[in-house]
Amino acid sequence: MKKKANVRDLVELVMNGVFFLMGMTAIAFVALITVYMFVSGLPAIAKIGPVDFLLGRTWASTAAQPSYGILPFILTSFFGTLGAVLIGIPVGLLTSVFLSKIASPRMAALVSSAVELLAGIPSVIYGLIGMVVLVPAVASVFGLASGACMLTAILVLAVMILPSIISVSVTALNAVPKEYEEASLALGATKIETYFKVSLPAAKSGIAAGIVLGVGRAMGEAMAIMMVAGNVANMPGLFKSVRFLTTAIASEMSYASGLQRQALFSIALVLFVFIMLLNALLNRILKGGSEDEH
Amino acid sequence: MSTKRKAYNLLLPIVVYAAAGLTVLLLAGIIGYVLVKGLPNVSISLLTSVPSVIRNVKGILPYILNTLYVVILSVAIVLPLGVGAAVYLNEYAKSHKLIALIEYTTETLAGIPSILYGLVGMLVFNQKLNLGGCLISGSLTLVIMVLPTIIRTTQESLKTVPQSYREGALGLGATKWHIVRTLVLPCSLDGIVSGCILAVGRIVGESAALLFTAGTGKVLASSIAKAYTSSGATLSVALYMTVSEDGDFAVGYAIAAVLMVLVLCLNGLAKLARKKLKRDM
Repeated sequence: MKKKANVRDLVELVMNGVFFLMGMTAIAFVALITVYMFVSGLPAIAKIGPVDFLLGRTWASTAAQPSYGILPFILTSFFGTLGAVLIGIPVGLLTSVFLSKIASPRMAALVSSAVELLAGIPSVIYGLIGMVVLVPAVASVFGLASGACMLTAILVLAVMILPSIISVSVTALNAVPKEYEEASLALGATKIETYFKVSLPAAKSGIAAGIVLGVGRAMGEAMAIMMVAGNVANMPGLFKSVRFLTTAIASEMSYASGLQRQALFSIALVLFVFIMLLNALLNRILKGGSEDEH
Repeated sequence: MSTKRKAYNLLLPIVVYAAAGLTVLLLAGIIGYVLVKGLPNVSISLLTSVPSVIRNVKGILPYILNTLYVVILSVAIVLPLGVGAAVYLNEYAKSHKLIALIEYTTETLAGIPSILYGLVGMLVFNQKLNLGGCLISGSLTLVIMVLPTIIRTTQESLKTVPQSYREGALGLGATKWHIVRTLVLPCSLDGIVSGCILAVGRIVGESAALLFTAGTGKVLASSIAKAYTSSGATLSVALYMTVSEDGDFAVGYAIAAVLMVLVLCLNGLAKLARKKLKRDM
């Protein structure tokens, strides 16, 4: 009997340790990624000089006199993401209001499965559709020689970030206390006025979180944009062929060597820092939101 | 009502319906387009042949097998790891600070772009651990990437197990591990299974994280061991390569259709699992 108890205690102790270690994996992975990002990204920034690297306007990594300025990539990522969010927010928010407040349960089930599926479609398929449908369409509508440009990338990104915006906003809208809406209706506001002037403002922190999540998705997307943005290291322009931070890494990594390769890791570091800042912002919004409600 | 207010009440619902309609139409358009363009190109011989430029054979068999291998290895590692982490968070951990830190890092992992996973995977697995560009490196990279998916879905489902079950078992003298093994885990099977399916979906669709870790090999390995230790493209990577590098849209559409069918099936399966397993409880 005593022996049995001992074995049980031992198993208990071992399992405690095992679960503790498993619990630590997420922390360990983030630490590992952070260390590798900085260790591999900093040398080239030091060699090129942070100002020349971050604010340099030309990227010519394979020229005889190589120049490693990533301002075009930073600005392209910034404006590309901004454009995608500007299109994604109205469509996403309106769809969220529909899902949360207006749709019958059956309609809501249909639309929310559509949103779920949109999130599940691989980015290469978005890229493929962008390539064969949007690129020629943009070229013919705007009379361009090639439709592989920033506008096409923005359109593809706008669709890709819809699920992030919608799913988080719907959760936030569903959490708005019924009393707010009832009070508004009792005061004589119509239903639609209530949804837009009471429910949406009340859910603003959740909606902000959804938007930040969408921004992160747009900034981090690589493959779909690779296929539609043209991949030339231009300064951003709506109808210009451009490279984002992500595509700058992906398009040269397979053959880069020496300082060029190190510079690609530095671009990754810049992207990583942006994403970490967005994560911190997201966390802050979500925390702040829940404190407001209590 | 003023005219302005009337217009507001009339126009806004129209815009709302239009936006929801647009979302559904976009999805229907994408699925329809891919299937209509792709399915006619899918044939038995395409699915069962190894591509060869010299013999002018088109085929996607190696990509299908590579995808399967990567899914099996990644899930085999990430499932115990993720479920364990969720159990730790929900059942074992006592320090609120530590829980907050783990949850924060999990969120962080979920937000890191897949191209960065690809780079870190390349540095750690391909170079540091000297595995080279192979399916093992790719699978290990994906383990890190899908870990948050498993942790989150499992955790959500652990939270729905009533506290009274645990207290009852504890009162009968059961130990923690016994409670977890016989009570908590079986009760949250629905979350674990649907998380697992979600993870498979992400792995099947992933390309950027695999491009530089698992590589782009097109050959059929002679054995499973050989497959895991050599470079191989999964379906998603192959789709990118055939369309962007080779410009072969016929095969590209076919791969896209196969991927799309897989994604649709997985999505349906996840829904079914959630419903079915929940009802059994």
